[in-house]
Amino acid sequence: MGISVVWYSLKQGIRNIWKNVWFSLASVATISACVFLFCLFFSIIANIHAVVKNMESTVGITVLFEEGLTEADILALGAAIGGRNEVKEMVYVSAKEAWETFRQDYFAGHEELAEGFAEDNPLAGSASYEIYLYHIDDQDVMVAYLEALDGVRQVNYSHAVMAGFAGFNRVASLLSLAVIGVLLAVAMFLISNTISVAAAFRKQESQIMRLIGATNFMIRAPFIVEGVLIGMVGAGIPLAGMYALYTWVVEYLASRFSLLPGIFSFMPIEEIYPVMVAVAVALGVGIGFFGSFFTIRKYLKV
Amino acid sequence: MIEILDVCKTYETGNKALRNIDIAIDDGEFVFIMGRSGSGKSTLLKLLIKEAEPTSGQIYVNDWDLQKMRRRSVPKYRRTLGMVFQDFRLLNDRNVFENVAFAQRVVGAPSRAIRESVPQTLKLVGLSAKYKYLPKQLSGGEQQRVAIARALINRPEVLLADEPTGNLDYENAVEIIQLLNDINRLGTTVVVVTHSQEIVEQMGGRVITLDKGCVVGDEIKGGYLHGD
Repeated sequence: MGISVVWYSLKQGIRNIWKNVWFSLASVATISACVFLFCLFFSIIANIHAVVKNMESTVGITVLFEEGLTEADILALGAAIGGRNEVKEMVYVSAKEAWETFRQDYFAGHEELAEGFAEDNPLAGSASYEIYLYHIDDQDVMVAYLEALDGVRQVNYSHAVMAGFAGFNRVASLLSLAVIGVLLAVAMFLISNTISVAAAFRKQESQIMRLIGATNFMIRAPFIVEGVLIGMVGAGIPLAGMYALYTWVVEYLASRFSLLPGIFSFMPIEEIYPVMVAVAVALGVGIGFFGSFFTIRKYLKV
Repeated sequence: MIEILDVCKTYETGNKALRNIDIAIDDGEFVFIMGRSGSGKSTLLKLLIKEAEPTSGQIYVNDWDLQKMRRRSVPKYRRTLGMVFQDFRLLNDRNVFENVAFAQRVVGAPSRAIRESVPQTLKLVGLSAKYKYLPKQLSGGEQQRVAIARALINRPEVLLADEPTGNLDYENAVEIIQLLNDINRLGTTVVVVTHSQEIVEQMGGRVITLDKGCVVGDEIKGGYLHGD
């Protein structure tokens, strides 16, 4: 394929867009809506994933044991727990360490008040394991396993937060897939219409091309170029908008809700944007390419 | 060399457009194919440009066996032909230069070659001065000249003209046939489909007459047979 063929296809593709500017704009708008929604849900889901990932490494399950158990019994139970595939990390906190931590946290500056417990650890029997999982989704299974173990007195975990995030994540993912699916179908339909109009407009030209020996590729290429260009513009507009919107929302929420950064931190745009751009451009170009490719195969049987 | 051997064409509707046609045209010949509407002229042309397939028989054009030709070879084959139509089929939004250059662009010719060959071909058809004109600014005869230039630009071995004078007055029609004659003298085989008795009588040459799908006359040097 020579450079003249590429240049010709590009020029004719742009000409097609210009000749059917309203149809082209409608296609661009639909693809933009589709890509914008994708970007929006992508941002939300990526941030939720980041929070969940963060929780997986910071939120653990605390297992407390019955008072009659010796340290050796507890360590044996710990070995069994640690053998589970779900467990990423385990920290053993002996009764003595638990008291030390408590004393430092609550008697700081008034150490003399804790002196009375020097020989009598009030947290005796509070030896525990802090367990961190690879995947927070496994928390329910792990908690059920721990609660069923002989010698386990109590299992502490943050069920509501986890369930809330996991549930929201699932709903957001499903909702985004459904909305994007519908928009994808609409975008395909519109781009197909645009290409059909262009094909009808260029019917005579295509016939002449065919009779003077143009290959199928040469006849179809301008229409494919048209679809791909519409897809690229359709992806570019929401990407630019999303960059501005994301940056603004992060700044706005940080300034309005000063406590938020301690609880929840947004992923930086530099981290989220490259993946978003790659997927959004692939989505836009994909819609444009496949929409035009299949339409032109149908309309220009050569 | 064009060889049409025992060719029949029956359309799906049952219409028998061609019946056992045998025609041989030598390299460099100028041939008129005459006949009334429905005689099979256009079908014959469609078979020659591989727009339709014969129901039976063989067609050879130069070294190409049209029955054995693969689909992907069709564009390459068509580049050895030049086509001229009654309705000119020019691109009305492009000027004369671009209409002629179009035939080269679509086969991927480099821009430099296009810049060199288009003026030469326009000179051959006598339209050098009007290369910037749009088709609607030209007379019918001039538009047909542009179409001929477009058909010639890729140096075809065979030029097929389907009623090239059908939309022209007598004077312009004679000029166009004269131009085709000049092109033929440069070595291109020319096949002209026409129903204009006047033109054929004026020009002379070989005339193949079709009627109801059969060859009813093949006369060299003047004359033709009436189909009925």
